[in-house]
Amino acid sequence: MTHLQPAEHQPFRLSMLIYDRRYRSLTIQAVVFIAVMLAGAWLVHNTLENLARMGKTFSFSFLWARAGYDIPFSLIPYTATDTHFRALVVGLLNTLLVSFIGCILATIVGVIAGVLRLSNNWLVSKMMTVYVEIFRNVPLLLWILVILAIFTEVMPSPRDYKGDNAAASMILFDSVAPTNRYTAVPRLAMESPPEPLTIAGTPISGTLIAFGGALLAAYLIFRWVRRRATDRQNATGRRPATWWIGLLLFAVPLAALMLLFKVHLIPPKLTGFNFTGGANLDNGFVVLVLALTLYTGAFIAEIVRAGIMSVSRGQSEAAFALGLRARPTMGLVILPQALRVIVPPLISQFLNLTKNSSLAIAVGYPDLRATLGGTTLNQTGREMEAMMLMMGIYLALSLLISAAMNVYNARVRLKER
Amino acid sequence: MTKTVFFGAVAAAAVLGSTGAYAAEGDTLRTVKQRGELICGVNPGLVGFAAPDANGNWSGFDISLCRAIAAAVVGDPNKVRFVPTTGQTRFTALSSGEVDVLTRNSTWSFQRDTELALDFPAVNYYDGQGFLVRKDLGVTSAKELDGATVCIQTGTTTELNLADYFRANNITYQPVNIDSNAEGEQQYLAGACDAYTTDASGLAATRAAFADPENHIILPEIISKEPLAPAVRHGDNNWGDIVRWTLFALVAGEEYGVTSANVEELSKSSTNPEVQRLLGQTDNLGGMIGLDAEWAKRAIMANGNYGEIFAATIGEQTPIGLARGLNALWTQGGLMYAPPFR
Repeated sequence: MTHLQPAEHQPFRLSMLIYDRRYRSLTIQAVVFIAVMLAGAWLVHNTLENLARMGKTFSFSFLWARAGYDIPFSLIPYTATDTHFRALVVGLLNTLLVSFIGCILATIVGVIAGVLRLSNNWLVSKMMTVYVEIFRNVPLLLWILVILAIFTEVMPSPRDYKGDNAAASMILFDSVAPTNRYTAVPRLAMESPPEPLTIAGTPISGTLIAFGGALLAAYLIFRWVRRRATDRQNATGRRPATWWIGLLLFAVPLAALMLLFKVHLIPPKLTGFNFTGGANLDNGFVVLVLALTLYTGAFIAEIVRAGIMSVSRGQSEAAFALGLRARPTMGLVILPQALRVIVPPLISQFLNLTKNSSLAIAVGYPDLRATLGGTTLNQTGREMEAMMLMMGIYLALSLLISAAMNVYNARVRLKER
Repeated sequence: MTKTVFFGAVAAAAVLGSTGAYAAEGDTLRTVKQRGELICGVNPGLVGFAAPDANGNWSGFDISLCRAIAAAVVGDPNKVRFVPTTGQTRFTALSSGEVDVLTRNSTWSFQRDTELALDFPAVNYYDGQGFLVRKDLGVTSAKELDGATVCIQTGTTTELNLADYFRANNITYQPVNIDSNAEGEQQYLAGACDAYTTDASGLAATRAAFADPENHIILPEIISKEPLAPAVRHGDNNWGDIVRWTLFALVAGEEYGVTSANVEELSKSSTNPEVQRLLGQTDNLGGMIGLDAEWAKRAIMANGNYGEIFAATIGEQTPIGLARGLNALWTQGGLMYAPPFR
């Protein structure tokens, strides 16, 4: 009777890499990994080689050269003498602004439309169906162009406000002037603003500190008040009213600060070619936010509807049996349970909205695609570098949004104990 | 799964590799001759310079130059394909090999000539940047445009000139970025901008297409030098020579009175030695750039000489109504000057 040696005691032979099942999968993985890496390296090498053959080098030094072009809409100070890098940052901030506002508004629109679509009121639910279907099934670019055309063709030009027999007149007590370039609105200004505070050599706006501090303090105190109210409710079964404390906490300090700094409104005035004095909300920005909101809102409405429908009907019946009315049932019972179904697809809608904001080029809004991927790319001729940089930035942005939303998702997920 | 991705990557790499190698191929002349067709990058629509008519036939100043090159190289002015390119895509289209030559009113500048690895063989239109405004705006000078909204084509030299000019004159403006001349025209007519700025020739051509051209004026200020020239890839010098000397042949044709009408006759009977060399009776100049002896004769036959092309497409008898000005022959006080053909 031959004695079988245990396999692990066999001396290792090279052929075992293929014929031994324990090693085979490792071998295949290693080979594929090396091949993929080689292919990648070859692609990069090929690109550099071809660039060199066209007489082009691969370098990001263009970012530090003078940009030389103006950007119509900027959150940070920028002039044509600044660098391409600063133009990139201006574009990135504009992208973030549109995406941030778009995500918030789209969520609001989407939740309202999604809930109303389930309404028992026939007219309301059918209207929401029409909204969802027409926005969801027409390409976003077309919506952007349609809304832009409405703004440029229907609105009066600033010159129409000129003269005694003006063709157009300002609305809302002569404070708002919609035009085909922008909507001129009044601007908040302070007569005696607080001095900036210098911390470690960097001046920080006194206004920001004063108002930010007041809001933060109000929020923290209000949280404590609400926690006490909850304790009280747990102890006695009756919840004391807290809404008026909150109102006072937020409104009184703000009003006091506004009186102290003599905050007032500056209405827009037509001087020369354009309205000045107030703030001019660029039509490109308004159109983009509007289109992104309505388009993404339609998708979010469907997600919300699916989430709500995933909560079993017994839940709302139980809530009604406990004497809850329709609104508390939705807010306290249905939506919290629906959220765990809603949040994961909501993340991808936020990502879509952020990436879709690059359609800003169609309305002349200077986002990242328009500054770095448009004018900078063109003026410097650095297609490869600008494109790679832009892809990297959008990738990082999407991953960040995704990470933040995953944290939120973990909080609303069904807790299994 | 990994395998699928891997094969996909290899396939993609192979495609990229092959097109890349094609673009880098140095001998544009050989490619064009083999293809039997010249591919020109042109403006997507600027009346007078390059615009298709209702039947899709392109015509214009830049188109004529492209046809002349095709006639010289391939032998037939109609063996051409026009690729419309925007201000943003034109140089990429050229350097990637998508087009053989760019005849698209592009400004010759230092950075484009060097860093973008392009060559501008010769200037075919000396231009400058101007402003187009409505007459009833009451503006007579660009310096009165303080606070105005200005439509500007993105990715052009005019974008940079505009920023420089307003800064230098210490006045402000609000730019509206547009992508093409058609979009600029639409925004300007809708009143979304007070002024439209681009090359003065482009403004004249745009205005000519308006329903009410008489209600718009071009301001007197010309704020930059815009030498518009055809462009080729840097490094293929022979191809650059062909484009350069085809253009010079058209200019020389005007100087020596060689027109599309008399070129056939002159090529047999002319006694002027310069004309004899130009039209290939003596000295086979074409052979020195890889073409046959009658290349320049065919180039002039295609649309006529430089003066004929100018008059037919953008001259004073056309709706665009541009005067020769800087673009007159050197013998008539202009800058158009062809080096000797010998």
